[in-house]
Amino acid sequence: MSRGIDTPPAGLETVAVSRGRMTFGQALADRVFRFALRGATAVFVLIIADLFLQLVRGSWEAIVTFGPKFLITSEWNPVTGKFGALPFIYGTVVSSAIAIIVASAVGILAAVFLAEFAPPVIARPVSFLIELLAAIPSVVFGLWGLFVLAPILATTVDPFLQRAFGFLPIFSGAIYGVGLLTAGLLLALMIVPTVAAISRDLILAVPNELREASYALGATRWETVTRVVLPAARGGIIGACVLALGRALGETIAATMVIGNRPAISVSLFAPSYTLSSVIANEFTEATSSIYLSSLLALGLILFVISIVVNSSARVLMWSMLQRTRAR
Amino acid sequence: MILTGFCSALAAGLLIMLLGYVIVQGWGAINPAFLTQLPRPVGVSGGGVANGIVGSAIVIGLATLMAIPIGGLTGVYLAVYGRGLGAEFIRFLAEVLGGVPSIAVGLFAYTILVQPFSHFSGFSAAFAFTVLMLPLMVRTSEEAIRAVPISIREGALALGLPDYGSIIHVVLPAARPLIITGLLLAIARITGETAPLLFTAFGSQFWEVNPGNPMAVLALQIFTYAISPYDDWHRQAWGGALILIFAVLVLNVAARLAVSRRTKKL
Repeated sequence: MSRGIDTPPAGLETVAVSRGRMTFGQALADRVFRFALRGATAVFVLIIADLFLQLVRGSWEAIVTFGPKFLITSEWNPVTGKFGALPFIYGTVVSSAIAIIVASAVGILAAVFLAEFAPPVIARPVSFLIELLAAIPSVVFGLWGLFVLAPILATTVDPFLQRAFGFLPIFSGAIYGVGLLTAGLLLALMIVPTVAAISRDLILAVPNELREASYALGATRWETVTRVVLPAARGGIIGACVLALGRALGETIAATMVIGNRPAISVSLFAPSYTLSSVIANEFTEATSSIYLSSLLALGLILFVISIVVNSSARVLMWSMLQRTRAR
Repeated sequence: MILTGFCSALAAGLLIMLLGYVIVQGWGAINPAFLTQLPRPVGVSGGGVANGIVGSAIVIGLATLMAIPIGGLTGVYLAVYGRGLGAEFIRFLAEVLGGVPSIAVGLFAYTILVQPFSHFSGFSAAFAFTVLMLPLMVRTSEEAIRAVPISIREGALALGLPDYGSIIHVVLPAARPLIITGLLLAIARITGETAPLLFTAFGSQFWEVNPGNPMAVLALQIFTYAISPYDDWHRQAWGGALILIFAVLVLNVAARLAVSRRTKKL
């Protein structure tokens, strides 16, 4: 790792100019260059600060009108001007929860396969394919979700779930094809590459000594993986899952196309719902009053805060795991 | 082992199936007219997404032009003067920005570039895209410069180059492949972004090359066509999706090639 390079003390340039080591033109260019670097960085920081400030400023009307009750009100009525964030928080949380549960299971198992069991001739192309999944634009996922996934779920999977587990409230109710379950599964597909790629790198990074010690003690391959390798990488894998959760929470277009656009809370997973990002996407250009617009911006602020909290937690988890392996 | 193999096969298989489906559905929609004509009214067959392709190029081009100086120079700053709490805080800010949902960035662009002018514009969309590209640009340019061995910079300084000269003329060219990779990946990312466009570029039915006006962008057209009730528009959405996937995959492969050629040279 190369170190940062020290700047010479302030007086050295004039010394260099007077001693002929740097011409005046070069000293000037040096100053300009350093100003450009500092200026660009300042612009960068200002942009981020302004992002937060503008969201707060735009939400201000909603914040002072509704107060903290905005977060627990479930009414969303543009006609009477009463707005509350609860249905969207519910939709976002539930769809992302489904996504992270499914994606963690599939992604971690896939990572185990690619890191531990697969011969390189299979591991490399499959890893490449899974990483390519991460590059596909979300609107294409949404298109596929709307025209392929939703009909399949509506005609085969959902009825099966209702027949088999219909006594559970989450599988009750009418089946539309679009809804929380569809959105959750589509989001799962979109975040599986994140979980799989990071987990695979973490598993590969577990020192071989641990595996060899486990084999020396007589463990089978599977026992080694489940009792030695995975616990060693556990913190980082959890961090990867939380990072993927952050992506699912913020995903807009794919969710909008399959969520069903209904601002109400129902227990059933088949019911149409609404996420924070979807309602902004659908209703922003139609917001007729300033309180309506401000409420949508407040939803954006909530989304912003949630994503920062989740992403920071992910980084802290992965960093603390790194610290622990270093301490060994 | 079977279970884990099944899971990876599932993930990879779904990707292949998705790509295959897009190709099959989209192929029928792509023809020279599709690529060169403006959208037709609903019910009239034919028409294309030419204004969307042009609009995408303009918006992405503007975004890249803005992101390279801000992101690249910030990365250089972090690499050269990058020790201490201030620099760590800036890196933390870059990570935070990387996790912000794209729709929130779109809202930001709306409040500072659309609302004050009461006017949707391609430029506001380009600004939103710039903000989305910045975290990637900052991180990759910093890492690219840090990857250049310090002996190279010291050699340049020893040969008499001034501070800025050693960076501009020696270190940056050495870091170029990695920077280009990062740039291509950032461009690939924003090519697929749709959410901020909904209230910045807003879309258009006509040719528009002035960034001060609302513009059609391909990703937005796909979304609009997909959620419409018309079969012909659905067909065009698949065609647009095929073009978009193709562009994104080409950019990703080019990004990988840029890196592999560098390692081959070494």
